Amino acid sequence: MLLIKCPYCGERSELEFSYGGQAHIVRPLIPSDITDEALTEYLYHRDNIKGVQAERWRHLHGCGRFFNAVRDTTTDHFQATYKIGEAQPASGAKSDG
Amino acid sequence: MGNAFRNKDGKYIDYTQILRFTFDGKIYQGYKGDTLASALLANGVHLLGRSFKYHRPRGIVAAGADEPNALVTVQRDHARTTPNVKATQVELYEGLIAESQNRWPNLRFDVGALNTLISNFIPAGFYYKTFMWPRQAWGKFYEPFIRGVAGLGVAPTEADPDRYSQRFAHCDVLVVGAGRAGLAAAMEAAEKGLRVLICDEQNMFGGSLLSNADVQSTESLLQTMEKLHQYSKVTCLKRTIAFGYFPHNMIGLCERLTEHLPNPAKGDVRERLWQVRARHVILATGALERPLVFPGNDRPGVMLAGAARTYLNRYGVLPGKNIACVVGHDNGYLAALELQQAGATIAVIADVRTKPVGRYIEQARQAGLPIRSGMTVTGTGGYRRVRNISVAPIVNGNIDASDTIRCDTVLMTGGYTPSVHLFSQSRGKLEWKSEQNAYIPSQSTENLSSVGSAAGLAGNDRGVIGALPMTNKSTAFVDWQNDVTVKDIDLATREGFHSIEHIKRYTTSGMATDQGKTSNINTLGIVSNILQKPVPEIGLTTFRMPYTPVSFGIFAGFARGDLFDPVRTTPMHSWAIEQNAVFEDVSLWKRARYFPRNSESMNEAVARECLAVRASCGLFDASTLGKIEVVGPDAAEFLNRMYINAWSKLTVGKCRYGVLCREDGFVMDDGVVGRLATDRFHLTTTTGGAARVLAMMEDYLQTEWQDLQVWLTSTTEQWAVIAVQGPRARDIIAPLISGIDISAHAFPHMSIGEGTIHGITMRLMRVSFTGELGYEINVPADHGRAIWEAIYEAGQAHGITPYGTEAMHVLRAEKGYVIIGQETDGTATPDDVGLSWAIGKAKPDYVGKRALIRQAMQAPTRKQLVGLLTLDDQVVLEEGAQICATAANTPPMQLIGHVTSSYYSATLGRSIALAMVAGGRTCYGKTLYVLMPSAAIPVTLTAPVFYDEKGEQVNG
Ligand SMILES: [Zn+2]
Repeated sequence: MLLIKCPYCGERSELEFSYGGQAHIVRPLIPSDITDEALTEYLYHRDNIKGVQAERWRHLHGCGRFFNAVRDTTTDHFQATYKIGEAQPASGAKSDG
Repeated sequence: MGNAFRNKDGKYIDYTQILRFTFDGKIYQGYKGDTLASALLANGVHLLGRSFKYHRPRGIVAAGADEPNALVTVQRDHARTTPNVKATQVELYEGLIAESQNRWPNLRFDVGALNTLISNFIPAGFYYKTFMWPRQAWGKFYEPFIRGVAGLGVAPTEADPDRYSQRFAHCDVLVVGAGRAGLAAAMEAAEKGLRVLICDEQNMFGGSLLSNADVQSTESLLQTMEKLHQYSKVTCLKRTIAFGYFPHNMIGLCERLTEHLPNPAKGDVRERLWQVRARHVILATGALERPLVFPGNDRPGVMLAGAARTYLNRYGVLPGKNIACVVGHDNGYLAALELQQAGATIAVIADVRTKPVGRYIEQARQAGLPIRSGMTVTGTGGYRRVRNISVAPIVNGNIDASDTIRCDTVLMTGGYTPSVHLFSQSRGKLEWKSEQNAYIPSQSTENLSSVGSAAGLAGNDRGVIGALPMTNKSTAFVDWQNDVTVKDIDLATREGFHSIEHIKRYTTSGMATDQGKTSNINTLGIVSNILQKPVPEIGLTTFRMPYTPVSFGIFAGFARGDLFDPVRTTPMHSWAIEQNAVFEDVSLWKRARYFPRNSESMNEAVARECLAVRASCGLFDASTLGKIEVVGPDAAEFLNRMYINAWSKLTVGKCRYGVLCREDGFVMDDGVVGRLATDRFHLTTTTGGAARVLAMMEDYLQTEWQDLQVWLTSTTEQWAVIAVQGPRARDIIAPLISGIDISAHAFPHMSIGEGTIHGITMRLMRVSFTGELGYEINVPADHGRAIWEAIYEAGQAHGITPYGTEAMHVLRAEKGYVIIGQETDGTATPDDVGLSWAIGKAKPDYVGKRALIRQAMQAPTRKQLVGLLTLDDQVVLEEGAQICATAANTPPMQLIGHVTSSYYSATLGRSIALAMVAGGRTCYGKTLYVLMPSAAIPVTLTAPVFYDEKGEQVNG
């Protein structure tokens, strides 16, 4: 079970969180203007990384806030968690695991 | 036979406490401190079970968790029958009842043993090859047959009456294993003032120290324990296995609290699951002794040398009196020396190494033990117990002539394998050390360290791995529990399985409940030898949890029976019970489905309830609807972006039916939104969608539209909702209400207002899910039942009738109102279900808008909501039935739709149905066919509204 650091509440058990998929997918400002290809990309295409990825979490059974996290999918280690709107922190390509 | 093999030197046996127990119905004696295995050995009992596939007689191989053979069933009563427990881990108690397994009619004469005779015909992959054809025979014949003959213990026949608890714990240091290394690590951490948790699977701490003969190790153990107990921040858990290593240093422990007690008190916790989060984990899990692989190595009486030392020194039990030793490691000499000291005869020490040297070998020479080196084993004799062993020298790489030597016990040892299961589960990397013949921990991904022999063996302590030189491979067992022999592995490699993962699955080696503790490394050695490749190139199978089997009970914990799932009930629930309502589960809610009177059937009750709503008035509990309070200066703008509808022009005091899509354009939920003030909305969701809708709204608000000032609050459980529906609704509630003028012109359909009812604050919505004049009265939940009863009382003169969800479904279907999740299935657009009128077409954006203009989303051939009327108006279609354009019931047929809702309508005196049909809206009047088990039923396509097409009733 993961130990996740909510940027608002601190470290809590995974039980309190819900997973929210890939992070930093920005909703088009005016969706009507985008092409079908761009729409498909926005709606359906997701990375499936073996290594470091940015992902969304929500502290559902805590403060209720959404936040982003950088996690290495091979080790489950979190390199960082940060608030929505903040840039993804720079990280090594792959953690030591 | 009373403890004929027992001496008085067992260090951890309390000889003053005699315990009686039964095995297969026979009564034996043991002592406090015994395991079932040690007590049986003390009585000269070696035959404990039959093997899984061949039903070969099997005895005790090990002395702990690595035991592959001696699985028994321990029985307290029909509910407390525990199959497949290792006799080596069952603590003896007064009155213990144990049974052997996998034998019929009894252990000594077992019909299944015929499999031994045909074992040459049951090679690896036999089941795959033989039972594949004909396919129909699998379920009827093969599977029952295989399950009958190849099996382990039988599950208990009654529900588990015991309590299992769960606990979370945090510590600075978790030490797994309380042997020499683990205790030292725990002491070191304790001295630093850290919070320490140390656990061990055994009933006492000490690990391999408990198996030593010398008094010194006992003394030092007692001293350490005494010191450890002085630290208040140290928790010691015995009888506790660490079964799994989870991410971020979360370790699962299973503590067994009552298994060793003769009469556990009722209500005592039987087992406890510990979920321990440790800052640092120290793995002191020791090493497992490796058996040798030679023909006949599975006969009862063939045992690991180290296990024999444990039985002798800890329990005071000699496994036999005339002992042959087959050794690939110096430890075998130590066992021989100690057993000779205890009075046994050493018949032979056959060392498989050519020139063994070392301290114990020198001592054995001086003691005059008959040592022969450079040997192999060509076979063993005896049936239910080993009677002799044949050993032969290897000369120039060939097996020379063999000698047969009488014995009653064969001890074997191939050396030690570090127990790296938990380390591997933690995703740590293992490294092959050829000088140790072992995989040892290398890089770890978690904050952990391995200590003692779990970290690796001393120097060049390599022993031997793989199989001894042999000609008869079919009785040389690698995996005792799954009956895998060298021949099976041989065959698998010849058939092209060269990866260890494939060999494991094809032969099932290492796949039994012992997880290959004794077999994995030897399997690797054998494959390495056959393929002439170094071990690391063969690969390594994954170590999976649990380390040893754990009960389902600890995972269920208290979550069983009434506590399995929370039950949500409405404020009016008790009233419905008193009225004999029949309930249905809707997500976690209990909802009244119908209110039968006297001996009414469901259909009769539903018909009566529907007719009452249409003729006078019905009373319905709608409290389960999700409710969200949307507040803030940008609330209207927020709703504009979320819903397909336009909200800006919704004036205060008005409601509107709203539809929510996902970003992909498919309908997700619906409900009513009422405007209480310019910056305050009361909205409802479906019963099942409440949490989902709130989560989605929060998501957009927090992540996409941080510019909006809006706050969302779930108010589902704050309001009790009483729907009063029918032509007499206003007449009934009007006398109870103050603060709102609810006359038809002042409070028309789709109004919302705040006032009081029967003196209680109320939010009143004039909405209808029945097509009749109707109100939904929201009152604080605490007052729900009182107000419900007040309305019911006031309605008596008007024939008010409580109705349930079933009538609600029929009434809305008569009107063609969709239910999200019934008409829609996650692939329906608003237009598909006839809701395109709700779209605010002038809005620049809303969730799903872009996806809805994709070509495919507007195709005229999409499935569309329609009504169906059966030609025979008394036939009620099956929901989910497929629809076809032609009557010919001969596949392949093109299926063009399906029935989504189907009922008998008492109001109309006939059946009605809603359906999704491809291009259905252009085909009204056409005849289609609904495929039912009985026949293809002809139906006429209609608009999806059967009652009050003009919608005049709601305005009454
Ligand atoms: Zn939080």
